[in-house]
Amino acid sequence: MFGRDRSLTSLLNDTFIRGILFQALIAIGLLLSINWLADNTLSNLANQGKTLGFDFLTRTAGFQISPTLGTWMLDYKVGKSTYTDVYLIGIINTFIVALLGILAATVIGFTVGIMRLSDNLVFRWFSSFYVEVVRNVPLLLQLFFWYFAVLRAMPSKREKLELVEGVAGLNITGLYLPAPIVSDGFVYSFLSLIGAVAITFLVRRYALKRQAETGQILPMFWIGLGIIIILPVLVHYLNGSPLDWSLPEFKDTGPKLRQGYQSGAGMVLVPEMLAVWLALSLYTAAFIAEIVRAGILAVSRGQTEAAYALGVRPNITLRLVVIPQALRVIIPPLTSQYLNLTKNSSLAVAIAYPELVSVFAGTALNQVGKEVEMIFMMMMVYLTFSLMTAAFMNWFNSRVKLVER
Amino acid sequence: MAQPQNTAEQSVDQKTIVSMRNVNKWFGQFHVLRDINLSVDKGERIVVCGPSGSGKSTLIRCLNRLEKHQDGDIFVHGIELNNDVKNIDEIRREVGMVFQHFNLFPHLSILENCMLAPIWVRKTPRAEAEEIAMHFLTRVKIPEQASKYPGQLSGGQQQRVAIARALCMQPQLMLFDEPTSALDPEMIKEVLDTMVELADDGMTMICVTHEMGFARRVADRVIFMDEGQIVEQNEPEAFFNNPQSDRTKLFLSQILGH
Amino acid sequence: MTRKIIKAAPKKTTMKKAIPSDIDTQAGYVRIEDAPLLPPPPSEVGVTGWLYKNIFASMSDFGSIPAALKSVFVAVSTLFILYFLITQISGLLDFAIFSAVWSDPEGLKRQACWTVEQGGALPNGWHAACWPFIEAKAKFIFYGAYPNDDLWRVNLTYALGGFMLAWVMIERLPYRKIVGILLLTVYPVMATVLLTGGAFSISTGTIGGATILGLALITIGRLGKAGYVSGAFGDLALVAGVCGWLVILFAAVLAVFAIDFDLEAIDTRDWGGLLITLVVAITGIVASLPLGILLALGRRSEMPVARFLCTVFIEFWRGVPLITVLFMASVMLPLFMPEGVNFDMLLRALIGVTLFSAAYMAEVVRGGLQAIDKGQYEGADAVGLSYWQSMRLIILPQALTHVIPGIVNTFIGLFKDTALVSIVGIFDLLGAAQSTLADAAWSTPVQGLTGYLVVAVIFFVFCFGMSRYSMFMERKLNRSHKS
Repeated sequence: MFGRDRSLTSLLNDTFIRGILFQALIAIGLLLSINWLADNTLSNLANQGKTLGFDFLTRTAGFQISPTLGTWMLDYKVGKSTYTDVYLIGIINTFIVALLGILAATVIGFTVGIMRLSDNLVFRWFSSFYVEVVRNVPLLLQLFFWYFAVLRAMPSKREKLELVEGVAGLNITGLYLPAPIVSDGFVYSFLSLIGAVAITFLVRRYALKRQAETGQILPMFWIGLGIIIILPVLVHYLNGSPLDWSLPEFKDTGPKLRQGYQSGAGMVLVPEMLAVWLALSLYTAAFIAEIVRAGILAVSRGQTEAAYALGVRPNITLRLVVIPQALRVIIPPLTSQYLNLTKNSSLAVAIAYPELVSVFAGTALNQVGKEVEMIFMMMMVYLTFSLMTAAFMNWFNSRVKLVER
Repeated sequence: MAQPQNTAEQSVDQKTIVSMRNVNKWFGQFHVLRDINLSVDKGERIVVCGPSGSGKSTLIRCLNRLEKHQDGDIFVHGIELNNDVKNIDEIRREVGMVFQHFNLFPHLSILENCMLAPIWVRKTPRAEAEEIAMHFLTRVKIPEQASKYPGQLSGGQQQRVAIARALCMQPQLMLFDEPTSALDPEMIKEVLDTMVELADDGMTMICVTHEMGFARRVADRVIFMDEGQIVEQNEPEAFFNNPQSDRTKLFLSQILGH
Repeated sequence: MTRKIIKAAPKKTTMKKAIPSDIDTQAGYVRIEDAPLLPPPPSEVGVTGWLYKNIFASMSDFGSIPAALKSVFVAVSTLFILYFLITQISGLLDFAIFSAVWSDPEGLKRQACWTVEQGGALPNGWHAACWPFIEAKAKFIFYGAYPNDDLWRVNLTYALGGFMLAWVMIERLPYRKIVGILLLTVYPVMATVLLTGGAFSISTGTIGGATILGLALITIGRLGKAGYVSGAFGDLALVAGVCGWLVILFAAVLAVFAIDFDLEAIDTRDWGGLLITLVVAITGIVASLPLGILLALGRRSEMPVARFLCTVFIEFWRGVPLITVLFMASVMLPLFMPEGVNFDMLLRALIGVTLFSAAYMAEVVRGGLQAIDKGQYEGADAVGLSYWQSMRLIILPQALTHVIPGIVNTFIGLFKDTALVSIVGIFDLLGAAQSTLADAAWSTPVQGLTGYLVVAVIFFVFCFGMSRYSMFMERKLNRSHKS
């Protein structure tokens, strides 16, 4: 690759040797730089009286963390839980807000994307307006909007905004929802749900077989829906409904300081989490909408025309011809957006939602001071997410590649 | 070819497959089809030609409702073509179409391409659908490609598959929209040969094409369209040797000149 | 055999299966007179046509039950969305324009935007923008704490940059390439001097040493070119030559930085607001472009070591959130440097942003390189160009034009991401706005909303403008490729 100016044999030798020489130089240069950086780091740390080591992970953490899924799962207690717990709580909270965000963003994104292609002008305008505004304002600003402008405007701690009478309410301290209390028999209800899904799969196989043999088509969608809804509900009630709900309790009498939503009853979603979830979902949904639109547009009109010309109805055309081709184009950038959403959850550090960055690089780092180790641990988590996503995308792309010459 | 002049009710298996009366169509302000009157009998082979923009493709696309006409009546195989979805479905079952750019489904194999419509529209059992598909693939002379994918085939092979796919629905009428215009020269012959065989077997067809050799060989009538209207129509010999309208003469000189 | 068409019998037929076959389609038909060119029916054009196509078409399919349900759903949603849009937009206009307070002639400050309840003059229940607040804080939002006497320097930097950028973007002007190169090389140096004040303490020894090193490397390169050094070392010599030129350039920049232009030295901590946002975003993009190109070439290289290292580098920076990069830069960078080397906070953030952006830029450039037909590479080889020559003269110019939309999109993302530096303590536009909220003299219930609204609008204008430009460029490139 370095140019030709000699006979073939010496050329080959030269290119080979040059290549090796060049790469050796790069490797040596890199090793030297790393060595220099490491040297500097160690001496700087020594001057500050610090050492490298991960033993801080077993030390107890002395700070409070907002009630979230992570603290609930690991039963976090100040003075008892260690920094390892803090790390895990951060990961769990990142994961939960990312998962919820991905679900919401996908639903909203697909809806808005399809709206952008609609015949209806109002739908088109609205979705274009939404996409353009949301995409061109920084996510951090949108996060502040939801947190400061919207959620802070909620009623104060001693009041509430009822969403559903006695069941769900909202105030400045969060969204209060009923908490499920499962008793023994619930496991059967859950199993019957799984069973219903399995039965639906079996029915579908039977239906496909029947179609292959006789040509008749069963309305699988309605049948499947029916099975999945009716069976578990039936089992649940026959079993005595072993699922109780702890409703959120609101007191508006008695000493002023004790009024408001009582702890211990119901479940609370803190406003930090709500703000992060809303901001992440709506922001990512705008990008997903564009991806979905591009994917659908990528399927040429001729495909639908050919299917219609054969007499295939629009819904079947969509299912068998358009969507498979559109998904091929949609899924790779879609997984990228999912990854971006997960990374963007780190912005929660600005409003103190206790996800990984805010709890580990924020509070914990101030207490422990081991920057190199802690930042390394944080980055490892995100890198793992990224690599898993990249692996999935590669696998997906190789699976669905259109066969060509 | 003269039609008996009567408006009496006719039975369903009549001779007239297509009947277009005073059909007009607009794209926005543009009057793309003007006062189209056309009748096609069973077994007739029609070739439609004309300069680009004359509305030839629009004409045949109106026949299976890929385009909507705004004025006039269209009857296909006795069924009126209007906004009634049931009518449209029925008509599309009886009319097959072959496109300029093939429009094969790239994510399905050749066999699956051909089996899709019989299974999902005519509710044919899978084994029978496969038989039908192989039968027609053999008819277009590429049965060995059945398990390949469209991306692996040449243009000529793809178009022949498209013809087979349309035939699998066993339509009463075949529409061809410039089927050879997107093909390399050496592949045009194989597709035209397939179409000629189809015509010789008695298939009613309306063909938009520039291939005048094909028209001479196969057509019962050649229709010349210009600026949205049918300007002239005649038997091929009379059409090519003795064009009446000036516009027809101009067009023929351009297309047959080189 | 010419016959005129016999007019058809009655148009409408009541019997479904009856086909009027009285159309005379005898072979041998010639049209005598043209059919009239008629205007389309009302359902196609005009206001009714437009209304139908764009709104009512999606609501009028009642052919079957699912279709009817869908039509009703669409109709209800349309009404709901219209209602929502109208109320929100009118609310926004009311807040920002119609009910807003525009002036504070008596210098009351926050009192000018208080309701009667709170002690001011506005009616109770008033809730709109307080523009005098923004007027008072405007300088802070746009320049930060930059001394007022030296604002001309910032304005000059903005003006010069904008002028040169416009020159490069407008098609018809001559010498666009030269201005472009100046914009990427000379302008950053000038801007740094203007904004910081220049006169860095760089010893003549360092400058001299760099110059000598550069000259030495260039000599080696010359020797290599002339053939005195053979084989594999010959290429090393050429590489050394190129490095020599870079070192000389570096020395020149150092020299410029060392000159005392008699400008007041202004610490970067005094910079703030839009100035910081622009500095971070533009530096990030400009610095990451050459690095990104090198990384992209390295990732596509045939040398396994280079390819591996570049891939690892790119995937690492793309796999972590920017906020962690900023944390890393602000906290760990001082650790990596030898003792005594003090790093300006802004510089740390700039380094972090540049490395982060370079990884994304590398992927964008790589996409462009992949899109280039293999024939171009082969053609360059066939003519006898070396790797670097073919890259410089043939491949990269094509690849870069191809990816300009991608680069602009990366820039838009970077511009938005600069808001994150406010988390590590650097006052960008968002940070400056936030700090103005702490001013008690202007404390009103609408202080926050007004401030954030202005920031949101500024970001929107920049980002939306750039995205329109990117789409314009994409359309232009597509057209030129098609022809």
